[in-house]
Amino acid sequence: MTSLEQSSGPLPMIRFNGITKTYDGGRPAVDDLSMDIDRGRITVFVGPSGCGKTTSLRMINRMVEPTSGTILLDGQDVALQKAAELRRSMGYVMQSSGLMPHRSVIDNIATVPRLNGVPRAEARARATELLDVVGLASELGRRYPGQLSGGQQQRVGVARALAADPPVLLMDEPFSAVDPVVRAELQEELLRLQRDLAKTIVFVTHDIDEATILGDKVAVFAVGGRLAQFAAPEEILRAPVDDFVAGFVGRDRGFRHLSFQQGDHVTVHPIETIEVDQLADPTVSVRSAWTLLVDADGRPHGWVPQATRGSIATQADAVPGGSLYTRGDTLRRALDAALSSPSGLGVAVDDDGRAIGVVRAAEVFELIERARLDRGRADHNTAV
Amino acid sequence: MDYSSSNLFVQMGEWLSDPVNWSGSRGIPMRVLEHLGYVGLTMLIACAIAIPLGLFVGHTGRGRVLIVSGIGILRALPTLGMVFLFALLFYRGVLPSVWALVLLAVPPVLSGVYAGISSVNRTVVDAARSMGLTERQILFRVEVPNGLQVMIGGVRAGILQVVATATVVAYAKADGLGVFLVEGTQINDNGRLFGGAVIIAVLAIAVDGLMALIQKFAISPGLRAQQPPAGPLKESGRQEAVASAQGGTT
Repeated sequence: MTSLEQSSGPLPMIRFNGITKTYDGGRPAVDDLSMDIDRGRITVFVGPSGCGKTTSLRMINRMVEPTSGTILLDGQDVALQKAAELRRSMGYVMQSSGLMPHRSVIDNIATVPRLNGVPRAEARARATELLDVVGLASELGRRYPGQLSGGQQQRVGVARALAADPPVLLMDEPFSAVDPVVRAELQEELLRLQRDLAKTIVFVTHDIDEATILGDKVAVFAVGGRLAQFAAPEEILRAPVDDFVAGFVGRDRGFRHLSFQQGDHVTVHPIETIEVDQLADPTVSVRSAWTLLVDADGRPHGWVPQATRGSIATQADAVPGGSLYTRGDTLRRALDAALSSPSGLGVAVDDDGRAIGVVRAAEVFELIERARLDRGRADHNTAV
Repeated sequence: MDYSSSNLFVQMGEWLSDPVNWSGSRGIPMRVLEHLGYVGLTMLIACAIAIPLGLFVGHTGRGRVLIVSGIGILRALPTLGMVFLFALLFYRGVLPSVWALVLLAVPPVLSGVYAGISSVNRTVVDAARSMGLTERQILFRVEVPNGLQVMIGGVRAGILQVVATATVVAYAKADGLGVFLVEGTQINDNGRLFGGAVIIAVLAIAVDGLMALIQKFAISPGLRAQQPPAGPLKESGRQEAVASAQGGTT
């Protein structure tokens, strides 16, 4: 917002310049919005319903026309471009997949290339490749949208948006209609895709968690179409600018913020282990209060408390473990591993999933405290 | 014609099985062809009027109130009355009858096309527009294929009504299957009267069966794979089509 007049740095992919949208003379749905959207990054619009985030998104491809102000796409005013052609130059993914029910999955994906005059065979070949890119089996291409699950439909929706290889992707709450497990999967896949494709993605969501997971930058909208804060997610969680943002970010924001702190320095302590094969052998005793149960490859499978060692003969008898902490993961994962473990010891694993030791919650807290002090010093130094 | 019995059904059977009635320019096959000719001409004109209008109103939503009330008015018109009115106003011959039949066929076709287009899931249309389809492409590549089931249903209902009602042509000119009904009444030949009626009924069922077949093959398998979203318009469109189809055969 502050850099509008400065032309230093690369040209933003999308620039909102004093955009206001009013419906029938009522209160503005979007109020004097000015912001720059970085090229090749994911920018998330987040906010409660009625905050104008979707309206703002839909003004980029002229599905909604602003009442005043201009939107520049790569320096060009979108209002001067033909709406249909402008829209074809951007991928669009919506909440309900919006797939055409009368066309096969392949033909749905090939829609925009076909409109652009790509021959059918070529467009279909490309569509089949894209199925693979979004993690779907190519056999699904012959099916119709009605025969797919919700998650599969959303993947097809993403493939369709990517089909013409547009530089910009607009995503309007694309994952909000699928269940949490599938949503997490889709989020991870999107990040994986983005690492290879480096598209300029504008992503709308009402879920602050999703915003902080996906966004390189997050724009928090307040009711009435006001842009409350536009910053890196880490900054929004750490330093919300006002009560609205603080309230919207929610009461777990301190915990969520740990997602942005690397856990490289967390101390991993050795832990006594017992193999699954040894459980049935009563002569193998355990010395620690909690002994980690591992398989032949060293992967953790729960805990064996010393007190009840005698009654544990198979893997099913062991106490189920908590979440795992992969070495080098964030402090949030480290802390969660420790807090969710029945023994209070978070199991740390290497990249292959083999147990390498345990982490303690108290030590994670120490690291958090130390990082906070460091940051305070850094802020103080820059302020001076 | 002399019948062996005074029983209606026996007379009908004898009339239908008499080879004399199955040949020549006044025979049943010729009358069936004439009849189908009028049905074809009527449907051609009715579709030329109703389909573009229905597509326009369905896609834009403009003029909805106008066509809904227009359809209501057209439905209230008695076809036979219109045949005589047009014949008096213009001239004798078949054209007044055809125009009267067009007035009969337009309402089901128009409401079917309109209901078909507006029944298409708005999210799908919105997605198509967002992807960069032009309005024309949205209409013909998204709305028409998805609304086709209901649209053909409207045409089907129209044809059925016209097949049954094209008998009125015989009042203006001795043509079509209506001739058997008019003659049968005039000369008190019940075998001819009921025989003609049965032929019309069989023809109506055959034509409708053919349309059902066309409907089946014209619809994308993707729309059969799932239950189409039950929009209120689609449901009412279906009921309308069914109701008018029943009205046409009775």
